[in-house]
Amino acid sequence: MNATFRIWLTADVTTSPWQARLQRAYFGWRRLSGNRLTMFGLAVLVFLVMVAALAPLIAPEGYDAQDLAKRLAAPSAAHWLGTDDLGRDVLARMVYGTRVTLMIACLVALIAAPLGLLIGTAAGYFGGWVDIVLMRINDVFLSFPGLILALGFVAALGPGIRNAVIAIALTAWPPIARLARAETLTLRNADYIAAVRIQGASALRIILRHVVPMCLPSVVVRITLNMAGIIITAAGLGFLGLGAQPPMPEWGAMLSSGRAHLSGAWWISAVPGLAILITSLAFNLLGDGLRDVLDPRSDS
Amino acid sequence: MHVSILKGIARQASSVSTTLLGLLALTFFMGRMLPIDPVLAIVGDQADQATYDMVHRQLGLDKPLYVQFYLYIRSMLSGDFGNALFTGHRVADDLLKVFPATVELATFAIMIGVGIGVPLGILAAVYRGSIIDHVARVVGLLGYSSPTFWLGLMGLILFYATLDWVGGPGRLDVAFVDSIPTHTGFMTVDALWEGDMDVFWNAVSHIVLPGCILGYGSMAYISRMTRSFMLEQLAQEYIVAARVKGLSGWAVIRRHAFRNILVQLVTVITLAYAFLLEGAVLTETVFAWPGFGHYLVAGLLAGDMNAVLACVLIVGIIFIGLNLITDLLYRLLDPRTR
Repeated sequence: MNATFRIWLTADVTTSPWQARLQRAYFGWRRLSGNRLTMFGLAVLVFLVMVAALAPLIAPEGYDAQDLAKRLAAPSAAHWLGTDDLGRDVLARMVYGTRVTLMIACLVALIAAPLGLLIGTAAGYFGGWVDIVLMRINDVFLSFPGLILALGFVAALGPGIRNAVIAIALTAWPPIARLARAETLTLRNADYIAAVRIQGASALRIILRHVVPMCLPSVVVRITLNMAGIIITAAGLGFLGLGAQPPMPEWGAMLSSGRAHLSGAWWISAVPGLAILITSLAFNLLGDGLRDVLDPRSDS
Repeated sequence: MHVSILKGIARQASSVSTTLLGLLALTFFMGRMLPIDPVLAIVGDQADQATYDMVHRQLGLDKPLYVQFYLYIRSMLSGDFGNALFTGHRVADDLLKVFPATVELATFAIMIGVGIGVPLGILAAVYRGSIIDHVARVVGLLGYSSPTFWLGLMGLILFYATLDWVGGPGRLDVAFVDSIPTHTGFMTVDALWEGDMDVFWNAVSHIVLPGCILGYGSMAYISRMTRSFMLEQLAQEYIVAARVKGLSGWAVIRRHAFRNILVQLVTVITLAYAFLLEGAVLTETVFAWPGFGHYLVAGLLAGDMNAVLACVLIVGIIFIGLNLITDLLYRLLDPRTR
């Protein structure tokens, strides 16, 4: 980084909104990167994204390449993580499984975050009956533990990965909505909102352009922290045979397929479980770090 | 003061009943989302039109939706959840039979969670930043991040298949099953009731592993919350005052700080107990524990909506109930809320 740029980036008085924004990101990054555990979480996630993107190059063979002659082979030089009950390479399936896990996590976040944001900000901004009705619905969803509600939806929609994503997303929006509502309540009477309103902006415009951006940081933190739970719930559905269907290499389903061979071929169950643990741990660590940076109010 | 309490109760009652109504609407809606024709599921595709129409009428599907909803609420509130096709019994009877197994497991788990989580949280707060604080944090993070069903399987491999320290899946060894009559449904209590120590120790050896694994998650949660409650109290001025007065370190913590977090702690523990129901679904599946979660999963895999929706509804009602209880406890225990 050259010296003038550094001075510009750390200037005490900023001269443009662009500079201010960049400066804030830079200071945030400096605080984030100072926390070793957070960086560990981030590194793991970057690694997983790369594995998912480059899966065909990394995996030693296809995820569905069966070789029954070599079924239940222990970890060796040829198969680093052994083979499963159909003689498929566990490492290859793990690598492709990264795609499935990250895809589920992303899709759930992409559905649940906008849904929660919209419902929460609308409830907070309009108040009155809108607030009461939306928050009552929210309470109903919150009166369930995530997995049970997801199981109910999967039972109604039928098993499969698409329905699992919908089911998990339907259980993931309420905490976000509640958070967005709380943030909106503190903003609703702010002077800048009043100024925009007097200028004639519609409610929709105020919410989307002026309220939602202010809620984003805390929502990002929440969804990152919730991601760990989302991944475990998704794996749980796969484990019960209600999520991804074979031969899709989903970690939870792989774990479950090893149950019949626990004493002889422990690696079929052990490896995917460890991967689930590490992934959700990484999200928890990153989420904790992000909270410290983005949300100065919370204690840690 | 009385008026405000009555007002509070009234508000509580209306809030609970609307949530309950929403809950019923949700499970009703889930039942209608079904891509399968519920009539065909009963009569099969070989039935003639007359049989089909008869069952269609029996299920009340010819009535308008709001009438169906009203009938649904009425039967649910009277405890009639219909028949479970996969067991052939009434769902309500099935649930009564499986619930004690889950309650026994959850009670064991919460004892682990409280017994270890609370002291760990207190120590972590008192010795903030020390090695014990870090250990508590790591233990907690791992508890939040690990899939319980995986821990269960690994525990079975290690402690049952390899070391043979604990009993395997199920509530008893096959040789002991049905060897004592059922009084309470809690295997350990029933064994003591009969004075049969062999059965008792066998039951204990079976509950230890699933109980500990289920309890690990609540221990993580309870210790983390205990730590943050304690830190909050220890920063208060009255703690400093007590210290200045000359009270010894642990006396301050026990008599002042800990006593003040008790109310919050009770809330957390009740909530943790409720969330054990969720953990039970997967843990019971792994350990073939014939409880509520096992039943729910069996119903799901058999596509039995009556059983599944009844389970979902019951969990929702238990959650509402426990929230209500914590709220009342708060009012009772904390003089500031009066």
